[in-house]
Amino acid sequence: MLSRTADHLYWMSRYIERAESLARLVDAHHRMSLLPHSADTLAKSLQSTMTALHMDEAYNERYDAVEPRAVFEFVSLDRDYSGSIFSCLRAARENARAVRGSLTSELWETLNSTWLELRSLIARRSAPDIGEFVEWVKKRSHLTRGVTIGTMMRDEAFHVTRIGTFLERADSTARILTAHQGDLIPGADAGVVPDPYEWSVLLRALSAFEVYRRVYRDVITPFRVAQLLILRDDMPRSLLRCCVAALLRCCVAALLRCCKEVYSNLKSVANEQSSETERRAGEMHAMLHFSRMEEITALGLPRFLEQFLTRLRSRRSHRVGFLVAPGGGLSPCRCTFGTKPVTATSGRSNTAYKVCT
Amino acid sequence: MVPAEQVLCNSQYRPEMQGVDVPGGIYAHIAGIDIVRDDAGEFRVLEDNLRVPSGVSYMLENRKMMMRLFPELFSGHRVAPVDHYPDVLFDNLRSVAPTGVADPTVVLLTAGAHNSAYFEHAFLAQQMGIELVEGQDLFVRDEAVFMRTTQGPQRVDVIYRRIDDDFLDPLVFRPDSMLGVPGLLTAYRAGRITIANAIGTGVADDKSIYPYVPEMIRFYLGQSPIIGNVHTWMLRNKEDKDYVLAHLPELVIKEVHGAGGYGMLIGPAATKAEIDAFRKQIIATPERYIAQPTLAVSTCPTFTGHGAAPRHIDLRPFVLSGRDITIVPGGLTRVALRDGSLVVNSSQGGGTKDTWVLET
Repeated sequence: MLSRTADHLYWMSRYIERAESLARLVDAHHRMSLLPHSADTLAKSLQSTMTALHMDEAYNERYDAVEPRAVFEFVSLDRDYSGSIFSCLRAARENARAVRGSLTSELWETLNSTWLELRSLIARRSAPDIGEFVEWVKKRSHLTRGVTIGTMMRDEAFHVTRIGTFLERADSTARILTAHQGDLIPGADAGVVPDPYEWSVLLRALSAFEVYRRVYRDVITPFRVAQLLILRDDMPRSLLRCCVAALLRCCVAALLRCCKEVYSNLKSVANEQSSETERRAGEMHAMLHFSRMEEITALGLPRFLEQFLTRLRSRRSHRVGFLVAPGGGLSPCRCTFGTKPVTATSGRSNTAYKVCT
Repeated sequence: MVPAEQVLCNSQYRPEMQGVDVPGGIYAHIAGIDIVRDDAGEFRVLEDNLRVPSGVSYMLENRKMMMRLFPELFSGHRVAPVDHYPDVLFDNLRSVAPTGVADPTVVLLTAGAHNSAYFEHAFLAQQMGIELVEGQDLFVRDEAVFMRTTQGPQRVDVIYRRIDDDFLDPLVFRPDSMLGVPGLLTAYRAGRITIANAIGTGVADDKSIYPYVPEMIRFYLGQSPIIGNVHTWMLRNKEDKDYVLAHLPELVIKEVHGAGGYGMLIGPAATKAEIDAFRKQIIATPERYIAQPTLAVSTCPTFTGHGAAPRHIDLRPFVLSGRDITIVPGGLTRVALRDGSLVVNSSQGGGTKDTWVLET
């Protein structure tokens, strides 16, 4: 497979996954905005989420204040902002278009019709309903993933596509956690009781809300009941600490799952130069797999997350194209996917449609 | 037969190709010959497309669409299939690999996703199961061409290129070309790579060479052309020029390097101002133009906004030259969708039709 093809496939799946992550975030906050008395929490959560995703700067250029409706519009539909759902779906489609010969026709048609539907949605006179819109984005992402798994040959192209999906997911999970870490560090602000709605945003944004409920209802039912009661009635901190840890476990498990997937996919596309990359992915997997929650808490969640994101990014220096840019805005990628760049080429890359920076 | 200066002074002439022996002596591996039927019912060659003729994907897609929409038509007629075109093309490209290559690697070189024919490039590459590459995916080392793959450099033997000569190698042709491969010509001159079509076929594609084709057939093959040319006035000749200038409103004037239906004047449909503008250009640079009579090109019933109506058409069969010369029984039929228009080019609102060759 051409290195450029790998590059496009990788970014194609990352952008689809990113669109879905953003849609979940918008969805969670949108639900929150429908609840009474949550305006402050909502604004705070929106602010910290945008900061963690490095969206705040672009937002502030366009709007004066963090206002939910404006944020939703901005994140979902802003055509000029490269990090919006609209731009992600466009970038996914453009990357797919550049390598449509390597995609199954079903996959190409799925991505293309997503884009065409999006355009006609935008073209309508009235703005689309945010709830319906994000639901649509999630469905299209599910469909794309399903078509990928259901139709693509299990070759390099497939694995590269999957790696894109999981790395983006790991990145997104880590960022969402970063946005909420202030509420999750037990003991950091001992006197402050975190807002339960913000937790629900976090869980919903990671699609972990139902999972969490199911897991903890089954395992420790009284705990779950106590938790709910405590949160409503401002009960002592010690119990709160437990449920924060539980929340964290849930989220770290999601991270672990992501890394596991990345590692097993990487092995299938190994080549001579990729052993270092493979070693690093294995190391990352082991780090999460053999960590105890207590160790992470001892290290401090912010530091842990920072280290995690740094490791995720550091792969760029190993020329595998697994680029997780430091900013929310994406760096142009010059993926050589394990091959050494040979002879002097013009040094350009067709990033215009690969990555919107 | 052909005046030397018409080749040597042609802007499409590539002196870089002097002394190069291309594999198999084949230059135009893929040719698209535009044919029309005149008012006498005679088929005539309108022009030869020998650079990078396009449109074959429409032939294939139109057939697929027609079979889906009107299966009953196909069960009632014996329509010769065209679906094997990609296989024939692939075979043809492999057959022209440099000598000594047992299992040649073929790639399709495209200008990228923003090219108007990108769909066709991607489609053909996929159908043939070959890599669709851009210039940046290829590099030249030790006079050989490689592509950058996830498994390291891989040798390339045949390039089916869909970009013009000008952009192929920035070291030799346009230095600002971002689409080409630096050093490609070195590998080509060393005989390590086949480029289809060969560099420099633009000379034969030129409309001022076209009038000599029947003579070439007689000279090289000792045969009479089966399909004749359209009568052509060469404005480089004084008497031709005088005749044409006197009859501009009746004639079709074409630029010799023109393509896509641009740079032409259709006398009967042109305004006085357009004719005057052309007259000035012809007087200034007569060698840049040829003239042909306005043909009563055949029409085909076509579905329009107001029901079925006659529209002018032409036909482009694709001729593949390699080990053998092959033509799949079909081609690209282009239709001028505007009433009365003779311009069938898709860039000017032309459409396409499925074309049947019936087996008896």
